[in-house]
Formats: sequence, C-alpha cells, structure tokens
Amino acid sequence: MIPAAFDYKRAGSSEEAVALIAEYGDEAKFLAGGHSLLPMMKLRLAVPTVLVDIGRVGDLSYIDDRDDHIAIGALATHRSLETSELLITECPILAHVASKVGDPQVRHRGTIGGSLAHSDPASDLPAAVLALGGSLMAQGPNGEREVQVSDFFTGYFESALSDDEMLTEIRMPKAPGDSWNYQKFNRRAQDWAIVGVAAVQVQGTTQVSLVNMGSTPLRAAAVEAALAGGASAVEAAEQAAEGTDAPTDLNASPEYRAHLARVLTRRALEAAGIS
Amino acid sequence: MNAEVSHEIVLNVNGEVKRFSAPARRLLSDALRGDLGLTGTHVGCEHGVCGCCTVLIDNQPVRSCLTFAIAAQDRKIRTVEGLADADGELHPVQAAFKECHALQCGFCTPGFLMTATALLEQRPNPDEEEITEALAGNLCRCTGYQNIRSAIGHAIELMQSDI
Repeated sequence: MIPAAFDYKRAGSSEEAVALIAEYGDEAKFLAGGHSLLPMMKLRLAVPTVLVDIGRVGDLSYIDDRDDHIAIGALATHRSLETSELLITECPILAHVASKVGDPQVRHRGTIGGSLAHSDPASDLPAAVLALGGSLMAQGPNGEREVQVSDFFTGYFESALSDDEMLTEIRMPKAPGDSWNYQKFNRRAQDWAIVGVAAVQVQGTTQVSLVNMGSTPLRAAAVEAALAGGASAVEAAEQAAEGTDAPTDLNASPEYRAHLARVLTRRALEAAGIS
Repeated sequence: MNAEVSHEIVLNVNGEVKRFSAPARRLLSDALRGDLGLTGTHVGCEHGVCGCCTVLIDNQPVRSCLTFAIAAQDRKIRTVEGLADADGELHPVQAAFKECHALQCGFCTPGFLMTATALLEQRPNPDEEEITEALAGNLCRCTGYQNIRSAIGHAIELMQSDI
C-alpha cells in the first residue's frame, strides 16, 4: 500500500509550520507521528497534496508543571506521557490512558496533539482529556488562542481547529491521588475500545467521559448530575447511555454499546472509589 | 499532474550513512528493502498491525511501514542486519531465538528480534509482564509466543554471562 504523491515541507518551528499551512491551503496536512495519517493515506482515505512535517519542532515535546495545571507540548509522545514522573504523580489518569493506546511501537511515534487533532471518537486520549477538562492552545496565522476542551470536539473526526491552525499545547488540571479509573473494553489486545469509560475526580467533582458512544468523545452528563445529586455509583451508572448516540459496526450494536457503557461506568466509578 | 519530485534522502542505518533518491512518499520499510537492499526488514500487513517491519529509530522500536523515509533523516536507524557482529557471530537475542526454537517460518522474526533487543537494552532484567507488554506489537502465527518468551529469558542469561 503506497500513499498518493505529495510535496514534503519540513517545519523547524510552530510559526513556520503555520506559515507553510497558510501558504498551501486546505489540501495540506500536518505530519507529526503519522500513525493515524499514514494508514489513512495508504488507503487513500486522505490524499493531502502537501505534508508539513512538524516532527522536528523539538520545543513542543515538553511536559511542564505550571503550578495550577500541567502543560503538555503537542508533540509529546504517548510513551513520554506514560513514563512522565510528573504526570504519574499529578495527573495519573493521563499517564495510564496513554499506556493503553495501541502497542509500544505506536506509543513511540504517536503524539498527544496528533491524537486530539485527529478527534477519533474511538481513541483513548481524547476521552481522557475530555474527562479532565482544561484547555488547548491553537496557533494560527494571527497568533495563539485558547480553546476549552469542552468546546474542542465538534464532530466525527472534526475539531474546533481551523484548517490553518496547529494544536501546540494541552493544559490539564492536576488530579493527583487514586480517585480515577479507565475502563477499556475490546476483543483484541491493542485494539481501539469498543466502549471505554474514564472517570476522575478533579477538585472534588467526579467527571466521567465515554469512548466510542457517539460521533465525538462524550461527557456522561447524566451520570455526573446523578452523582452530584447524591446517587450511588450503581444508580448513577444506570444513566451512562443517556444522551449518547452509539455507532454500529462489526463489533457491536448500539444496544450492546449502551449496555457496555452502563457496566463499564459502574466498574470505573467503583474502582475509582467513588460510591 | 506534475512529475513527482525526487528528494535526496540521507539515512543513518546501522552506523553507515546511506544516500539515495526517492519521492517523499517512500516508506522507510520500502526504502530499506528496495533502495538500500536491506531485505531483512519484512513487510507484513503494511498498515501498522503486525510488527514485522519493526526497526529501531533512536533505539526505540517503531513501525517502518508507518514512517516516511524522508522523515527519518538525522535519526539513528537500526535493522536486523546490524545485530550480528561483523564476523558473523550472532547477537545474544538471535542466538537465544535459534536455541529456543523461537521461530518457525521466520517471517515475523526480524521484528521480534528488534523489539526484544530494544527491550533488553532498556531493561536488562524485565519481569514477565514487561516482556508481554514489550512484545504486544508483534504478531507471530507459528510459535504461539511461548518459545519467543523463553528465548528472551535465555537471551537475558546469555547477555549476563557475557559480562
């Protein structure tokens, strides 16, 4: 399988990358780890005419403590997230979820920015980031802007990024301690989740998100409201499929996914010690 | 459509600098096999599932079928051809695979050898779980994996007895 021909441009900085994208328009794509883009290019589902390689924008692979939040460069790999002592201490759910993406070879190349910008509702990291809240920094031709995570995922493989913007930084609240859990249900190891559930307490509030229960990763708003109203984990988990629009595919029907969402939400809440 | 542009690509493979001309869409796996004649790296599924094409880039196992050659410039690439000594003596991981019958048809073996080599360089004494996790991105349809796990245990012994 060989991708269609494209022109290759290497960017040395995020400013240069944004300028190149602006120059070549909406037929151009950013290339980071390439582990979502290359399979799509091989199947000719994606046929960009220009690739702007941002893999060498070395100043975007940091994971920094910024006192009230953690700032992650968009090019930090899944592997660097899962092994980051800072994340393991201050935001353990994110380190753990990164360790559940694909297999080691994927995690050595895949980046958090790439995963979020790709906005696959079946991916692990978008749902983890959505459960945590926080914000994302996007750089465009007119400078940087901040997008709330809750506004970022706008549709099936669609995000709030415009064609000429590049995701540069992920700002996550600190969520230390043991009150978190991630449930990923799949039939083959290393596969995408048929359904996944992330549950985490952020500053005393329980936040729950769902993988592969709609066209975007979703917050389980009904579960969160039930918990806030004093419901038990078992009672709240019964609401997990409320407001979702689960897809149908070879693995599962929408009804089966709704069942999985309820069961996995209960397991996640109980394992996180939220009852 | 305009004629496709060919790029001068420089790769560092097994410590040697290699130059060739290829379009930007040349995959690292195809560059190694077709442009450089290093056919030890195998290409199985071609979409990032089987792990046959695993090579080391800056000492980390990655899939060469999901990497463009042009994007791998300035990195240190290691392939199965670089494992044995110049005089042909097998790397301990290779010797252990041979002794433990960790292969049958051998198609997946180069990928497993590179993955196992990187694991033991980073963690000389991995536990069972770490071995399982490290091998998770490589598929073998012959062995059932048990002899591969045994071979990694044996390779640990060989590497420690070398010191």
